[in-house]
Amino acid sequence: MVGGGGVGGGLLENANPLIYQRSGERPVTAGEEDEQVPDSIDAREIFDLIRSINDPEHPLTLEELNVVEQVRVQVSDPESTVAVAFTPTIPHCSMATLIGLSIKVKLLRSLPQRFKMDVHITPGTHASEHA
Amino acid sequence: MAAAAALEAAAPTGALWGLVHDFVMGQQEGPADQVAADVKSGNYTVLQVVEALGSSLENPEPRTRARGIQLLSQVLLHCHTLLLEKEVVHLILFYENRLKDHHLVIPSVLQGLKALSLCVALPSGLAVSVLKAIFQEVHVQSLPQVDRHTVYNIITNFMRTREEGPFVEELFEVTSCYFPIDFTPPPNDPHGIQREDLILSLRTVLASTPRFAEFLLPLLIEKVDSEVLSAKLDSLQTLNACCAVYGQKELKDFLPSLWASIRREVFQTASERVEAEGLAALHSLTACLSRSVLRADAEDLLDSFLSNILQDCRHHLCEPDMKLVWPSAKLLQAAAGASARACDYITSNVLPLLLEQFHKHSQSSQRRTILEMLLGFLKLQQKWSYEDKDQRPLNGFKDQLCSLVFMALTDPSTQLQLVGIRTLTVLGAQPDLLSSEDLELAVGHLYRLSFLEEDSQSCRVAALEASGTLAALYPVAFSSHLVPKLAEELRVGESNLTKGDEPTQCSRHLCCLQALSAVSTHPSIVKETLPLLLQHLWQVNRGNMVAQSSDVIAVCQSLKQMAEKCQQDPESCWYFHQTAIPCLLALAVQASMPEKEPSVLKKVLLEDEVLAAMVSVIGTATTHLSPELAAQSVTHIVPLFLDGNVSFLPENSFPSRFQPFQDDASGQRRLIALLMAFVCSLPRNVEIPQLNQLMRELLELSCCHSCPFSSTAAAKCFAGLLNKHPAGQQLDEFLQLAVDKVEAGLGSGPCRSQAFTLLLWVTKALVLRYHPLSSCLTARLMDLLNDPELGPAAADGFSLLMSDCTDVLTRAGHAEVRIMFRQRFFTDNVPALVQGFHAAPQDVKPNYLKGLSHVLNRLPKPVLLPELPTLLSLLLEALSCPDCVVQLSTLSCLQPLLLEAPQVMSLHVDNLVTKFLNLSSSPSMAVRIAALQCMHALTRLPTPVLLPYKPQVIRALAKPLDDKKRLVRKEAVSARGEWFLLGSPGS
Repeated sequence: MVGGGGVGGGLLENANPLIYQRSGERPVTAGEEDEQVPDSIDAREIFDLIRSINDPEHPLTLEELNVVEQVRVQVSDPESTVAVAFTPTIPHCSMATLIGLSIKVKLLRSLPQRFKMDVHITPGTHASEHA
Repeated sequence: MAAAAALEAAAPTGALWGLVHDFVMGQQEGPADQVAADVKSGNYTVLQVVEALGSSLENPEPRTRARGIQLLSQVLLHCHTLLLEKEVVHLILFYENRLKDHHLVIPSVLQGLKALSLCVALPSGLAVSVLKAIFQEVHVQSLPQVDRHTVYNIITNFMRTREEGPFVEELFEVTSCYFPIDFTPPPNDPHGIQREDLILSLRTVLASTPRFAEFLLPLLIEKVDSEVLSAKLDSLQTLNACCAVYGQKELKDFLPSLWASIRREVFQTASERVEAEGLAALHSLTACLSRSVLRADAEDLLDSFLSNILQDCRHHLCEPDMKLVWPSAKLLQAAAGASARACDYITSNVLPLLLEQFHKHSQSSQRRTILEMLLGFLKLQQKWSYEDKDQRPLNGFKDQLCSLVFMALTDPSTQLQLVGIRTLTVLGAQPDLLSSEDLELAVGHLYRLSFLEEDSQSCRVAALEASGTLAALYPVAFSSHLVPKLAEELRVGESNLTKGDEPTQCSRHLCCLQALSAVSTHPSIVKETLPLLLQHLWQVNRGNMVAQSSDVIAVCQSLKQMAEKCQQDPESCWYFHQTAIPCLLALAVQASMPEKEPSVLKKVLLEDEVLAAMVSVIGTATTHLSPELAAQSVTHIVPLFLDGNVSFLPENSFPSRFQPFQDDASGQRRLIALLMAFVCSLPRNVEIPQLNQLMRELLELSCCHSCPFSSTAAAKCFAGLLNKHPAGQQLDEFLQLAVDKVEAGLGSGPCRSQAFTLLLWVTKALVLRYHPLSSCLTARLMDLLNDPELGPAAADGFSLLMSDCTDVLTRAGHAEVRIMFRQRFFTDNVPALVQGFHAAPQDVKPNYLKGLSHVLNRLPKPVLLPELPTLLSLLLEALSCPDCVVQLSTLSCLQPLLLEAPQVMSLHVDNLVTKFLNLSSSPSMAVRIAALQCMHALTRLPTPVLLPYKPQVIRALAKPLDDKKRLVRKEAVSARGEWFLLGSPGS
């Protein structure tokens, strides 16, 4: 599949991105169904929060565009810290700040207040990494 | 007016003249029907009508002429069957001539032609002449809709019987101008015409004849190439329909463009529907090309078409990382699935390529993709049966395929192994493909895979399933190579058990039991595996190993699976029944014998869970018996329990008598559960010997207070028999006995709870079959909600009444279960429950709420929704009830109500927000989740009602975001996210 065929008529910066497979719903384990066992917040849980955010210019999710990946999520429940690195589809993507902001807002709304969060661009993948 | 002039005869009557005048000049509609009726009944002839119309047909005023022709047309519409061939000719000449007339006249002229097109007496050639005239004189495309419809009708009428010959293009033009249909029904449309109706009708016309092909195919290609999704879908579906009537001749010139368009859609589309339709169209195209009969000298289009496809797709197959690999494989498979010839051609080209690619790539993930494609092509082979063994295209590749599959089965990647197992199953399903050496190897692999460790469960399960499928096809290979290995494994397991358990040994033992039942898919294999399992149980019982209940339960589960596999084959079913059941009964009777030195081991067989496992084996082995065989079995088993007749049991030298209904001390009466499993699974028409005595004994035992397990089993058994008993005097007697017993027991004394259990089961048996007495017993049960001692149990009893049992009173066990019993119970009893709730003293109110919750919970939601608003106040009250069951059921009732009836619910928003937020910190996880789901559903209420609560809710929902359970956090995240969006633009 090649996306973007009928979208918007040629003004997209990256009209023909590579599409990645969506990971399915996280399977529910026996531990998760047990009332007594606490489940800590882990990388997959954070990834599940942000993977379904839609890209600003494609009808595709950040996961399908490989903008976010589970391996680029660092989380420590006891220390209450989260770090998410995201990779814009092309190095000059002007939407990078918007994507970053979308991720940040989603996390702010979905994580307990105790968490300190850091959302940044994967080093070496964008012209304005420090923006 | 040639017609009228030529037909001068009888004098018109005055009445006809009057009617005609009223219609034409007086603008009244009534006379037309009158005239038509008169013509039909023979009072006038058509000729007379024409004469009466006379001057109005020649009137200089077009409106008058139109009116005149309208009358004639209406008469013809009613009377076209009466017309003679000569009359038809004249009328048609007249009407054709009138097509040149003023545009106001045209609609009536068309109506007349429509009437004439229905004539049976239409001489040949006139249809052509009519159509010629229409297309010559009238620009059909610019007529109003009603008249276009008339033309369309004329065409269809002609098409039904006649040749459309020279008008193909015109016909095509007037019909195809609607394609693709873009129609949205107006709101409140009284005709109820849907877009889909129009699409289908138009498609029927367009795909009705191969003569449209040269015009239609370019149009379809153009629309597939457009940007509009619906046009693409419609065109592909129409193409699909056309292929049913087209042949090579029609398709020939368009094949390259059609293929190019389909390929592009499948390669590039973002819509799965377009892809699916594209593949379906390719399938039909190929089928169409395969079907056509060729002249000896003609070029075979199928070969060149397929070679085109192959050429465009094959290089993608060689790049298993690339995104076009799957679309290419799907295209090839769609074409190959169309006919044996296409399949043969594509398979013989693709298989060598894929086999080579598999060896070229070394990564498991790439190999898996290649094998999955291969599997797709192999599956297609099953669609075609080849008469001649040597013609089968797979034969030449058999060795390569086998070695490739075995390579996959030994790969470290579970994913690749899984595909390998599926491929092996498909290869095995090909008749006469695998040799006995291949099978021996395959069985060896399956044996190994059946004992995989915990972390590759999916593979182990797949291997067990494959063993079952293949064993049914190759019983000899499995009984000679697999069953002996499993038997050996079982023996090793036994000796390990005597030494004491090691966890790994234990799980291996379990795997072995499962493999034994999985492979028992052929009668001849069952005859080997069933004795193995039963022998194993005897070993356990001899007491020379450390048997735990879990071991025995595992064996019973395997036996049950085996029984399920035997159900479909009457011979196996009977074999299983008459082998396993006496053996299980003998073991249980043996264990129940009083002993001088009580041994712990033997009593394992009498534990509740073990007996329950045996119950399910006996039930499964009985339900599918034919009534004759069941009747044979029942004459042994009932006397065993009533008279202690042990003669049919194997190894039946027991130290003392078996008297389950008399014995007071030891565990014999616990075995009533096994009797229950048997008699309650029998077909309804099997007569049970000594039924009267049996029922009385069961009733007696059901109110014995020494052993709750056996008294419950007796009550269930009694209820199960009651449910199936035909209505009549004997049934009424049994019921009377039961009611007396219940009332005596409930009065006071030690048996109250047993009497209650009996009441509950008897009620259930009657509720299921809509017996008139059931309402009485339900009312008695409702009274007990007020009982300080039995109240909570009665409340829980409603759950039992509404749920499906697994052992007795099941549909599978031939019980009489009416399909709507839950709905009926709801309508009959909920008003009384609500009333009882309001009347009840405060301390027993929760019992009513709980009973109600159980009833509501089990009801299908669509049935429940219309009733809920009346129960709303009660439900709101139930939210404050401290009982978790009540809370959960109330929340699950309110959640759909919030979605379906937000207006009603918004009146209670304040109450709902507070209660839901309170419950979102309940100690029960399920309640927290349900409460948060309700918080989510609340956002469906009208936004202005909710906005005042938004800040408070968002703050409160921050707390469950940090819940210790992940499933709760997930609901909190989605609920809070939705509340954030309230009132924002676009929501």
